[in-house]
Amino acid sequence: MSVGIVSYGTYIPKYRIKVEDIAKVWGDNADILSAGLMVNEKSVPDLDEDTVTIAVEAARAAICRSSLDPSRIGAIYTGSESHPYAVKPTSTIVAEAVEATPEMTAADFEFACKAGSAGMQACMGLVQSGMADLGLAIGSDVSQGAPGDALEYTAAAGGAAYIIGNKEEEMVAIIEDTYSFTTDTPDFWRREGMPYPEHGGRFTGEPGYFKHVLGAARGLMNKLGTSAEDYDYAVFHQPNGKFPSRVAKMLGFSKEKIAPGLVVTRLGNTYSGSCLMGIAATLDQAKPGDRIFATAFGSGAGADAFSFRVTDKIDKIRDKAPKVEELLANPVYMDYAMYAKHKGKIKRS
Amino acid sequence: MRDVAIIGSYTTKFGEMWERSFRDIVVEAGVGALEDAGVGGESIDSMFVGNMSGGQFVEQEHIGALIADYSGLAAGLHVPSTRVEAACASGGLAFRQGIQSVASGYNDIVVAAGVEKMTDVSSVGASSALAAAADREWEGMMGATFPGLYAMIARMHMQQYGTTSEQLAQVAVKNHKNGTNNPIAQYRNNITVDKVLNSIMVADPLHIFDCSPITDGAAALVLAPAEEAHKYTDTPIYVKGSGQASDTIALHDRRDITTLDASVYAAKRAYEMAGIGPDDIDVAEVHDCFTIAEICAIEDLGFVKKGQGGRFVEDGNTAIGGKIPVNTSGGLKACGHPVGATGIKQAAEIVNQLRGEAGKRQVEGAEIGLAHNVGGSGATALVHILGRER
Amino acid sequence: MSVARFWRQQVQRYNLVGNHCRNCDEYYYPPRTTCPFCRRNGEMEEHKFSGKGELVTYTIIHSAAEGFEHQTPYVLGIVKLEEGPRLTSQIIAQPEDVNIGMKVRSVFRKLGESGDKGMLHYGTKFTPA
Repeated sequence: MSVGIVSYGTYIPKYRIKVEDIAKVWGDNADILSAGLMVNEKSVPDLDEDTVTIAVEAARAAICRSSLDPSRIGAIYTGSESHPYAVKPTSTIVAEAVEATPEMTAADFEFACKAGSAGMQACMGLVQSGMADLGLAIGSDVSQGAPGDALEYTAAAGGAAYIIGNKEEEMVAIIEDTYSFTTDTPDFWRREGMPYPEHGGRFTGEPGYFKHVLGAARGLMNKLGTSAEDYDYAVFHQPNGKFPSRVAKMLGFSKEKIAPGLVVTRLGNTYSGSCLMGIAATLDQAKPGDRIFATAFGSGAGADAFSFRVTDKIDKIRDKAPKVEELLANPVYMDYAMYAKHKGKIKRS
Repeated sequence: MRDVAIIGSYTTKFGEMWERSFRDIVVEAGVGALEDAGVGGESIDSMFVGNMSGGQFVEQEHIGALIADYSGLAAGLHVPSTRVEAACASGGLAFRQGIQSVASGYNDIVVAAGVEKMTDVSSVGASSALAAAADREWEGMMGATFPGLYAMIARMHMQQYGTTSEQLAQVAVKNHKNGTNNPIAQYRNNITVDKVLNSIMVADPLHIFDCSPITDGAAALVLAPAEEAHKYTDTPIYVKGSGQASDTIALHDRRDITTLDASVYAAKRAYEMAGIGPDDIDVAEVHDCFTIAEICAIEDLGFVKKGQGGRFVEDGNTAIGGKIPVNTSGGLKACGHPVGATGIKQAAEIVNQLRGEAGKRQVEGAEIGLAHNVGGSGATALVHILGRER
Repeated sequence: MSVARFWRQQVQRYNLVGNHCRNCDEYYYPPRTTCPFCRRNGEMEEHKFSGKGELVTYTIIHSAAEGFEHQTPYVLGIVKLEEGPRLTSQIIAQPEDVNIGMKVRSVFRKLGESGDKGMLHYGTKFTPA
């Protein structure tokens, strides 16, 4: 009756912009910002990259890592808040690009930053019920922050893909359980047709992130009868470095346990890819038997908590695709003008 | 199969002709050629017109009929008129089609013309229309432009043979010099190697001065059976050889990226038909859509060994007075390149040379000339060899 | 680029699917239905290429093709796939880092779009391996 991660893949564009180069433009204090956000730089997509290309690269990495036959994939769900089409799914383009078509189901998910984890839960259901042999859940974003807004310092680009299955010989991390905490909370949103999101400022903190992450995390630990000591690693949604660090502390996780998964300092917030990227970075170094606790959060609002137990199968596949550290290495820096051009922030006609 | 002669020839002014329409320029060319031949419209058995892209430049297809109509040959005389298309080789192909129709005995007096009106659209529109000569699906979609394709040929030529940017520039300099003596040329100014090398880069290593311009223009020839040519003119020019060849449309599919096999085969076929070789050619008009194209052309046509083209130009061998004067008209670079018209204009320039009517561009004692016209990055090539003697 | 025309070749573009002639053992990409050597004697089957190749020649385009204006200067190159055929592609690299003979690998990127309201076109480009 178990279900788990059979493979995973990630993709991070190679360009970066430093917080100080954004601060320069708007007259903000870069040092205070960096320290406050615990973010130094964020990733920027290339001119020909978007949520779709990132999702494809992450998905291909996952398939390559495990050498799985893609025709076994029975469902593909891509979660994003920057799907390039408002109507026409990213997931079908991914499906064609990974050769999973046509015997499968697909749909796109949106739930701010937890659209990817929601996709994972859907795949878990399909696999456990026998409706699908394997499910592919992807969180991918090229998120936008309004010029001069706080979010501009952290809204980044990247994606992570997870293949969910239930064959014992294939699972590299068993998903022991998942628990979600969901309410209607308008902490952050973007209206149809608007280029940039709106957010509730400080409202996004306690009533948003903390209430739901704690709700889901505590809910899962109650259900499983576990606590922070039972886990070797923890990963939380990373809109900046401060929130996950604080919530980890509140739940009793040490700094060391969250360190491998805390990629936001060098990457920024990849929204639907955020928590999933942290989980991947953790899996990149976790050993068989390690237990990983993760909670993704999406504004609107909800949190999905997961308890993973790494199996010995991880050693077989871990090195077969680029690790998150490799994708973070050798970044190419750009200034604000190039960044604005890349992000379509310059009005051209 | 009988021999064919050119009994009349006319080329309009080439350039940006804001006041003149597509119909205006092609009618001027046709009328001019007929007057040169001393032939009336009622004598024309058939017309072949080369035009690459009336549809994209002036939103007009059915060009054959249109031109017959506006030349006054449709309503009363109902002259058969055929539009021929092979991208930038449309003119050369129209010439060949005309030749074949006379040689075969199907027709006696035939007009072979070429026309392109490129300035009624923006430069972006013109580049986009020209890109249709490449492989739209697998070159165009990838961001390829014509300068880009020829630039890739240039870079490889430089890598393999040591050809330099200076040698490429010298092609442009020579052609501009020739253009100063051509009354119909678009550009009649001299330029220097420095000017070329310091001009804006279009597709590395090709600068703007390595590229032929966007041009309006038309040209026409009147063809007749050789044995009757003397009835019309004291200076018939005979078609000694005609060759045509195709090659892969995409540059990446070529056997050798720096060799236009279509040019090689078209030339071989023309030389064979004429019973001569490259050393017998006194003057040549070759397809210099980009400076590198002229270098490849003189190699592909056999005037110089493969890879030595740059050096050959550098040593002055292709200047007037040199071993084999190339592009006395100014070439596509200085004379201009109204795509569909170029192939006919090239033949018309050879006619001028062989008649001794090339003024300050005259190659002394020219007896045999060659015209070389290419489509796209080399997917079609036409080579014609003309002579003063039958 | 019309919707149907792009859709028809989607898989070939996304996944580098071309052809192999069983008769003469030649490989073809971009795809074609008729083997240029064997013509009617050819036996063409689908073949998915590895995406590994070598840069044969390239240029740096400053005056862009329509739709590519905001990407200049961009590198355009001819890549020889390890299986044999050559194709034309943008090369994702800084112009100064590109040289003839360099090894490249395929990546999934956006090729373009039909204006603000039209279809998005995705496909394969190449980057230094």
